[in-house]
Amino acid sequence: MSAQVVLAARNVAKSYGQVHALKGVNFDIHRGQVTTLFGENGAGKSTLMKILSGVIQPTSGQIVLDGQPVAFGNANDARDRGISIIHQELSLAPNLSVRDNIFMGREIMGPLGVDYAEEERQTRALMEELEEQIDPATPVEDLRLGQQQIVEIARALSVDSRILIMDEPTSALSASEVEVLFKVIRDLTARGVSIVYISHHLEEALTITDHAVVLRDGVMTAYAPRAEIDLEWIVRNMVGENYDLGSPPDSAKGDVALSIRDLSVPDATGQDLVRGLNLDVRAGEIVCIYGLMGAGRTELLETVAGRLRATGGQIVLEGHEISHLSIGQRIARGLALVPEDRQRDGLVQTMSVGQNLSLASIARFTRGLFTSTRAERDLVDDSIRRVTVKTSGGGAPIGSLSGGNQQKVVIGKMLATNPRAILLDEPSRGIDIGAKAEVFRLLAEGAKNGLAVVYSTSEVSECLSIAHRIIVMHKGRITAEFDSTVSKDRIMAASGESQAA
Amino acid sequence: MSATTTNPAKPRSLNIGRLLLEGRAFFALIAIIAVFSVLSPNYFTLSNLLIMSSQVAIFGILSIGMLLVILNGGIDLSVGSILALSGVVAGAMMQGVEIDAMGVILYPPVWAVVVLTVCVGAAVGAVNGVLVAIFKVPPFVATLGVMYVARGIALLMTNGLTYNNLRGSEALGNTGFNWLGFYRIGGVPISVIVLAVVAIAAGLMLSRSAFGRWLYASGGNERAAELSGVPVKRVKITVYAVSGALAAVAGLVLASQLTSAGPTAGNAYELTAIAAVVIGGAALTGGRGTVRGTMLGAFVIGFLSAGLVIIGVSSYWQTVFTGAVIVLAVLMNSLQYGSGARKT
Ligand SMILES: Nc1ncnc2c1ncn2[C@@H]1O[C@H](COP(=O)(O)OP(=O)(O)OP(=O)(O)O)[C@@H](O)[C@H]1O
Ligand SMILES: [Mg+2]
Repeated sequence: MSAQVVLAARNVAKSYGQVHALKGVNFDIHRGQVTTLFGENGAGKSTLMKILSGVIQPTSGQIVLDGQPVAFGNANDARDRGISIIHQELSLAPNLSVRDNIFMGREIMGPLGVDYAEEERQTRALMEELEEQIDPATPVEDLRLGQQQIVEIARALSVDSRILIMDEPTSALSASEVEVLFKVIRDLTARGVSIVYISHHLEEALTITDHAVVLRDGVMTAYAPRAEIDLEWIVRNMVGENYDLGSPPDSAKGDVALSIRDLSVPDATGQDLVRGLNLDVRAGEIVCIYGLMGAGRTELLETVAGRLRATGGQIVLEGHEISHLSIGQRIARGLALVPEDRQRDGLVQTMSVGQNLSLASIARFTRGLFTSTRAERDLVDDSIRRVTVKTSGGGAPIGSLSGGNQQKVVIGKMLATNPRAILLDEPSRGIDIGAKAEVFRLLAEGAKNGLAVVYSTSEVSECLSIAHRIIVMHKGRITAEFDSTVSKDRIMAASGESQAA
Repeated sequence: MSATTTNPAKPRSLNIGRLLLEGRAFFALIAIIAVFSVLSPNYFTLSNLLIMSSQVAIFGILSIGMLLVILNGGIDLSVGSILALSGVVAGAMMQGVEIDAMGVILYPPVWAVVVLTVCVGAAVGAVNGVLVAIFKVPPFVATLGVMYVARGIALLMTNGLTYNNLRGSEALGNTGFNWLGFYRIGGVPISVIVLAVVAIAAGLMLSRSAFGRWLYASGGNERAAELSGVPVKRVKITVYAVSGALAAVAGLVLASQLTSAGPTAGNAYELTAIAAVVIGGAALTGGRGTVRGTMLGAFVIGFLSAGLVIIGVSSYWQTVFTGAVIVLAVLMNSLQYGSGARKT
């Protein structure tokens, strides 16, 4: 079922100084079909997509559109020829409304300036198509991450392009939102639109794709149409071995390390996002919190870490009540949070990889008044090795890392504080299966050494890996609790998720 | 999937390109000195350099405080007014403080005057900090307000007049105020030494202390810094307080140089300080900038305007030149920060 090739990369290479992000890649996009690009963090997926959409220019090689070689000067060039892209990292203006973001730079002009009514009508139509209840006038900063991603998708859809590139569009979406997106994708392909899809959710991607391409270290290592492949094929070609998210480590469980008592957290309007929640986590234990978007997981974790204030309840770390402490004091006591949104909450873009890694443990390399350069370098090198960040060194700018490696920096930063209990909010967001397995291995190892681990996820399979205990949250409450032998279906049912397929 | 540490040795050519861009303020300064040395034989003499430097000192001290605030992602418009207020406070103390209850007039020694004045500056700065950090007033607005209030208080205290007698008297034991402005150690004016001390202290603090790291982090991404345990509010209040204290130091130096303290001193100095910071390569969005750059920026502005005076260019043209230098500097900044880092 080889349809006509509409857009192709021929021998495309891209270098950033000494870093060869792409080394002569050939890549075809077929009319009316979905091509999925698989690859580890830093494999060069985003780089290739940015080249195909004119955001950056290749160092060498050619782009062929409808059989003709073309060169895009910038992203608008490509957009004018029907190619648009949903970027991996959100590129919305947080202060503007959903409507203004969708039409940013392409405002619909009426005789009296911008035709807001028409823009709003189209925005509503898009939201309806995506089955999302978002008011066009809402400022984007008031939306949760998943909804922001929906807006980003809506913006790309509003352009009516022939070729739509989606770089990890679903990393913050819930299962039902993904279903809707896939429906939209099927509609689009039926109309002849070609889709390029990138995701680290392999099973998910397999349900939608027609072609699979695997990139590894800037080289295309495998290609096959959907009919000929399965999950195992992708994994084998991506990382070269069978992968396993691990199993619950048989660590000795100690005393209760973290105890949450009757915790309530209100939102801005006073409604409780977390209601009277109780949870005990013992040293050496790994707890997974599963729930849909909006279940209150992020609020729970951020309150425990000290970013949000609780209206009631207690947080006890190793026998000490800590709810009156500042974030820094909690970190010093051994409580660390890896936040969900790495761009907004995890990384300081103006600082280097090393400075980001050491940011939460400055006290560890401060001698008297001054920081010790050598102690810091040791700490940074150690962290880079521990979480296997793919970088040219601690001095590299943080923006030069691929998305997944940036995520590892955030995790490495918090692990460097030597926590007693660590909270991770969707730690697998945007990281590849290899990295995911490594993150889980790190956590399992930590648990063996007595670390209490709590992580949240929206992927059931991740709960069924290393967690000793699975907590299901729904509307701010714990609705179910399972041990590691539970089935996927029971978890999903308890979360209030409508059983799809 | 291993930690690939690919060749740590970076190519030389890249470093030279960076050096040229990063060292632009330095090269500008060299160019300014070279051009004026050719145009005027009096320019490149030790005595003139020292005189120019002691003028730069005032702006230099102000701009170090400004740098800290700008690194934090803020701006401090009140430093010129704090400078004037501090001068007036010091002047008033030199005239004697009358204590009604006891019916005596106290003449504090000069060291006490200096300490108290710096405290006043720090306190006014802390007001800025509290407004910005706790009450979430945008820095531009908060410091604009304080700028008016501080200037107003300075005017009220003196009724618009100027204190001309700052010498103190032997009998009262409060002589030595002009030491700051006039004395030299090994030929170097005290004001320049003060600037050097402040600059070195600030430089060490930024590059080697935990506080410096906190400041860069919270200026680069406050939310991320906060979640990493950085006490972002404390950092914020501190930088505004330090900026206020340094404005007071500058006010003391200026009053001492002029042997008078007036409520209208330091008008629009905050703009010069901001210009020095920007020319020094700091980003107004926060998180990027160095003391070295800011010092170069202050000297570029100071040496340029002094040179223009020496060769007899009208002060109107000086304003035009200074403006052009600032715009050029900002252009270069966007060149430096616009590329390089990957767009996200
Ligand atoms: N502006 C840049 N400067 C330096 N190196 C860069 C830059 N952009 C990308 N790279 C490097 O190119 C490589 C490929 O990055 P890319 O973002 O394409 O990876 P990716 O496959 O999209 O990974 P992920 O799954 O983590 O998003 C990485 O090693 C990255 O560090
Ligand atoms: Mg990517």
